Amino acid sequence: MTTATGDVGHGYTTTGLPNRKIAIWAFIGSECMLFASLISTYLIYKGRSLVGPFPHEAWTDATTGHVYQPILNIPVTSFSTFVLLMSSLAMVLALAAVENADVPKRTVGDRILGNSRLWLFVTALLGTTFLGCQAYEFTSFVHEGLSIKTNLFGSSFFTLTGFHGAHVTAGVLWLLTLLAIDMKRGLGPRDALNVDIAALYWHFVDVVWIAIFTLVYLIK
Amino acid sequence: MATLAAPAIAAATTPTEYSGVWGWITTTDHKRIGRLYLFTALFFMLWGGAEAEIIRTQLRAPNMHFVSAATYNEIFTMHGTTMIFLAVMPLSAAFFNLLIPLQIGARDVAFPRLNAFSYWVYVLGGIVISLPIFFHAAPNGGWFGYTPLTTNAYSPGINIDVWVIGLQILGISSLAAGFNFITTIINMRAPGMNLMRMPMFTWMSFVVQFLIILAFPVITVALIFLVFDRFFGTNFYTTAAGADPLLWQHLFWIFGHPEVYILVLPAFGLVSEVLPTFARKPLFGYPVMVYSGILIGVLGFGVWAHHMFAVGMGPIADSFFSLTTMLIAVPTGVKIFNWIFTLWGGAIRFTVANCFAIGLLAMFTIGGISGVMHSSPPADLQQTDTYFVVAHFHYVLFGGSLMGLFAGIYYYFPKFTGRLLDERLGYWHFWLNLLGSNLTFFPMHFSGLNGMPRRIYTYDADQGWDTYNLLSTIGAYLVGVATLIFIYNILRSARHGQRAGNDPWGAPSLEWSIASPPPIYNFERIPTVTSRYPLWDVKDPQLTADVPHTEQGDFRLRVVVGGEHEGTVQFHPEPDVDPRHGAPLASERGTATAAELGIPIPYSTAKPFFAALGLVIMLCSLLTSHLDTHVPMYGLLFGGAAVLVASLYAWFTSPLEPEVAHA
Repeated sequence: MTTATGDVGHGYTTTGLPNRKIAIWAFIGSECMLFASLISTYLIYKGRSLVGPFPHEAWTDATTGHVYQPILNIPVTSFSTFVLLMSSLAMVLALAAVENADVPKRTVGDRILGNSRLWLFVTALLGTTFLGCQAYEFTSFVHEGLSIKTNLFGSSFFTLTGFHGAHVTAGVLWLLTLLAIDMKRGLGPRDALNVDIAALYWHFVDVVWIAIFTLVYLIK
Repeated sequence: MATLAAPAIAAATTPTEYSGVWGWITTTDHKRIGRLYLFTALFFMLWGGAEAEIIRTQLRAPNMHFVSAATYNEIFTMHGTTMIFLAVMPLSAAFFNLLIPLQIGARDVAFPRLNAFSYWVYVLGGIVISLPIFFHAAPNGGWFGYTPLTTNAYSPGINIDVWVIGLQILGISSLAAGFNFITTIINMRAPGMNLMRMPMFTWMSFVVQFLIILAFPVITVALIFLVFDRFFGTNFYTTAAGADPLLWQHLFWIFGHPEVYILVLPAFGLVSEVLPTFARKPLFGYPVMVYSGILIGVLGFGVWAHHMFAVGMGPIADSFFSLTTMLIAVPTGVKIFNWIFTLWGGAIRFTVANCFAIGLLAMFTIGGISGVMHSSPPADLQQTDTYFVVAHFHYVLFGGSLMGLFAGIYYYFPKFTGRLLDERLGYWHFWLNLLGSNLTFFPMHFSGLNGMPRRIYTYDADQGWDTYNLLSTIGAYLVGVATLIFIYNILRSARHGQRAGNDPWGAPSLEWSIASPPPIYNFERIPTVTSRYPLWDVKDPQLTADVPHTEQGDFRLRVVVGGEHEGTVQFHPEPDVDPRHGAPLASERGTATAAELGIPIPYSTAKPFFAALGLVIMLCSLLTSHLDTHVPMYGLLFGGAAVLVASLYAWFTSPLEPEVAHA
């Protein structure tokens, strides 16, 4: 984009990528270190708790004689993990729909796949379902006698998954904002960057959950 | 894009520049934000310096009671915290702001409003963490805040709360600036400014931004654990619950050692600008300087546990961190040699800026050598927590970082004020500073090896420390005098200094091609860069004969002189372009306004300020947790959140700058 005077047009960037795209990648790199620190702490403290309940083993309270079962609920969390993974698929469809908003839709399938409001809504809904599962998990843990104060497992588990949940919450709010704009005036190709950045964040939060699910829930 | 023959900005949408204080609060211009950073950081440098003078006054002789032991704890904690987070890092940030867009040929940073936000978060966080010292509520657990000392069990008061919250706030500022400058450097470079042509200051800043965005999350997490432990009863640092007493130390130093390079690499970058100019030679071994800077950044993440040899990590960990620490001395040594070879055979001018740059070489080398001494665990065990360590890191940070930053201030002051700093006062500043700092810190090697521990508020006579401490105190007073001369010089020269012109030093890089002080839009025309030293190409081509240039028909850069920038490169040579240097780089006078040139300038806006204010108020709500009632806490929390959300909404829904209408 040169001009006759040799000047560079407004909006010129060195890489040709928009600035915000570079910034979100830098942000994601930074977030990796945040979650790496949280996950490392969880792993360092694994098996160091002096009192139960424990994630994968039963524990008997010596003073009361109460037996605590292994506290992690793998079936429920497997379901919520599946839900979060599917939300990434919906996010991909939402972005594709926004990018191709101007392409004529001929079949019913085209109209469904090309409906950005539908897929933004589905993504947010799946994210909310994940959060609902997490709320259920947290409350049932507290009922079973594990709070953030109980032991090292409780402190590191609630902090790690809680921070992830906070990131999902921020993502859901972000998606709902995009949905509101879409309802108001419709999102089109010129908004694709805004949706793309939200999608990158959403996929990142999803990938972090895969690491957490594997390291915290699946590996004993 | 069509030719910008007569681009016009509608008069009604021309951005307003407010005057007075409101003008500073609403500014989004990187040069004004840079000046805000500079003067705020200098203020905090005086603040931290005053704390240093109190420390030295207390220690000037045995059994002194100038301040109480409790006050002394607050003073030395705040001296470290202030100098690191409120003085040296923001002084570097001042140069990031002032220089990076100019050095890469851009009109501003990538996100001007985020830039303002970073500054306001910094200054508000600085106030939060600094003011409590007047109420005996200042942090008192050392700048590295080791647990379990800083947990509720041993530090129940508000002091550590202030430190935890304050550091979280300052971390947000650094992170936001980090994302901004990474984007700016990757994406805002002028055509032809490829990575291996970037000025060395921009390169070192680039490395530093990565260190910031990768190291600060780790201390954020460590501080979050401490916040949760202190406020919500978690057990992260409760050894009675089985917690690892070293968790904090590991997390802190994984941040803390890269932080050392965050403090010193910008100074290295400034020195790499100053020395070639005053030796009138290109920087010796430019690519190796780049690679060694990157290597320092990478290795900087692998040496943290050398701060922890005394905790007994075992022979394997000790050996590993000992080796990596010795290894990191190699790229650092490479830099020292390259600077010496840059000077070698040059036509050296001993300006004040150059004196400070050479001062860094000498002083940092001393600190570097004592650093290598620490890399040996047996030696380190003798030196840990003694004044020997204090001597070491002051040679590195005072002799390294601050000397380099002073060199930068003397060198760049004329660029941003239009007036030169007085050289005669500058020599007084330099020599008193050099003499005073050596007199302060060199004897600390001996008092340390004689066993004087750090952080003690007083000591008994006849332990072999008296003379060394007296010498250190005299030296500290000399540094104080030097600093006052420096401040006087700044205040006087800003009004009465000699006029500078575009390029007072005969420097090679882009920032010297434009007016001093630069106009708001920086460059009338975005320059096309065809070598590492674009201004020398024009003024002193013989100096750059050995430096690679873009030749006509060189397609490797995807940017060709006079050609198109996008898609397949086409080559349309312009008749007035020198085929060897390409860039028709002219000295600009900067007299036209942005509107006359049709350059869109970001609107002035207070939204970043209010967003920062809301955020800081929100985080400060935790400081009221010691009160009997929780009303103030929820008031501040929700009040701050409301201000933050409203400001962010207004920010995200308003345009950055006026649309340019194309004729």
